[in-house]
Amino acid sequence: MAYTADQLFVILQHRLVAMAPAGARPLVAMLLIIAALMALFGTCFALTTILERKILGRMQNRYGPNRVGPCGLLQPMADGLKMLIKEDLVPFSADKVLHFLAPLALTVPIWLSFAVLPFGRNMNAIDLDAGILFFFAIGSASELAVFMAGWSSQNKYSLLGAMRAIAQMISYEVPLVLATVPVLMLAGSLSLTDIVQAQAGYAGGWLPRWNVLTPWGLAGFGLFLIAATAESNRSPFDLPEGESELIAGFLTEYSGFKYALFFLGEYLGLFAVTGLAVTLFLGGWQAPFKFLEWVPSWMWFAAKFGSLIFLFIWVRATLPRLRLDQLLNFAWKFLVPLALINLLVAALWHFSGVWQFTGALELRWLMGAVILAPSYVLLGRALVTRPEPPRHYSYAL
Amino acid sequence: MPSELVFYPLAALTLAAAIGAMALRNLVHCALSAAAAFTGLALIYLDLNAEFVGFAQVLVYVGAVAILIVFTVLLTRGADGPWRASAFSPGWVTGLAITGLLLACLVLPVLMSPSLKRLAPPSATAPVADIGRQLMTRYALPLETAGLLLTAALVGAVIIALDETRPVPPPADQSLPRRKPQLEESPR
Repeated sequence: MAYTADQLFVILQHRLVAMAPAGARPLVAMLLIIAALMALFGTCFALTTILERKILGRMQNRYGPNRVGPCGLLQPMADGLKMLIKEDLVPFSADKVLHFLAPLALTVPIWLSFAVLPFGRNMNAIDLDAGILFFFAIGSASELAVFMAGWSSQNKYSLLGAMRAIAQMISYEVPLVLATVPVLMLAGSLSLTDIVQAQAGYAGGWLPRWNVLTPWGLAGFGLFLIAATAESNRSPFDLPEGESELIAGFLTEYSGFKYALFFLGEYLGLFAVTGLAVTLFLGGWQAPFKFLEWVPSWMWFAAKFGSLIFLFIWVRATLPRLRLDQLLNFAWKFLVPLALINLLVAALWHFSGVWQFTGALELRWLMGAVILAPSYVLLGRALVTRPEPPRHYSYAL
Repeated sequence: MPSELVFYPLAALTLAAAIGAMALRNLVHCALSAAAAFTGLALIYLDLNAEFVGFAQVLVYVGAVAILIVFTVLLTRGADGPWRASAFSPGWVTGLAITGLLLACLVLPVLMSPSLKRLAPPSATAPVADIGRQLMTRYALPLETAGLLLTAALVGAVIIALDETRPVPPPADQSLPRRKPQLEESPR
């Protein structure tokens, strides 16, 4: 029974494929998975927009959208309909072809990146040997799409926004990947399925062997979440589209469904990188306790995924937007050095894994904390900008 | 699936993108076309079962090199419309000669090498784990040399980008009374 519930979707897919004629089966199997993923994350996108607005409203002491349908739940449909029937404006001097291609070039690679994520036991579209490399390679294509959007609009705000976005995405890709490296080192594989398998079991019979429950994993998880927020252009790192200074950044000249596609791409990017965070650090679809293992694996994935999405919304409601120099300094002078130190901690954790005496676990934790905590404090201190000397204006009087 | 069915469209796409990278008028279009050619090459690698090389190609060339080219184009102000006065210039003769020589240098050794006479190996697959093991053992020295070179380049880039705030040299004649620094200059 538990097995059937766990493998529900896998069994369903096998049944459906068996109904197709023999020659078309590989194709049908592929199409089924693609359709399921697109339907699932399309719905997720609609749900997240309404949830985000509701939660933001509650946190900022106001009502969220509450007019369309019961409790405003049909708001995403109204938004979608509005986006579809709005006029699609293209600026007169814009580069028409690139202006059209940019939203597609942003959205398509992000859909592809869902292919390698394991959503449950035996539930990944393709199990690539170099899955995580595929994920990051596909993700890096979105920078070019952002540039295409900004440049083809022939608008200074668009170009400035695109430049900011690219600088931010390139800078934060470094800590994102560096925070991932210890996980790959300890799992000894680039395949996401293997990484989830490596986190199976319980230390001491009760503590799950998730990566987040190790010193390097805890630090890496924090680094990864910060870098992921920046990669998906979310507040407090949303200054590529800073409304107060750049109108809407590289989105300025987009309207109608192209604008909706950019938004879809942004949210899908967030979903993909959240799914990766769950897989890398939170044990993927593994249950947290042994007596809870009867709950289907995909439910665990969904629960962890949903909690992280809520965390992202919470952060958005809480923190103010950074300045551009603060943003880049934070990436290069704080996150990157800390991620490099974290590599050292992970190596120490790996080589001290052979210790057998009592108190070895505590000693290993202490070792990690002794290295990580001072470097966290010192790097943070160094980041605080000294008060500038009084300015001397020569021409502005 | 017959591999010709995949290879020929990919090769056509790559070639078309490469031609576009050289022939298009607008420099930004050229750069984006080059990115498309890189992507086509990566897809051909994937078709040859070289997973790691294909993904690395996308990561490095589409993700980094294309962005670098685009930034360079924008910073050198070459993107403002067509920049070529005429399609032909006397430099073409030299260019053709050098291209021919380079092509000969590349093609002749390949044609003369004995490796062509061997039978093609049955479609080889290289698991990523094997590549990693080889890089850490047999090819550790080339890997570390490349790492050192890249680090040197990174440090050089940081030095170039540093603020050019040199200390102000002291005045040559110390005996002269120095002008008091004024708090505000007179309004003009």
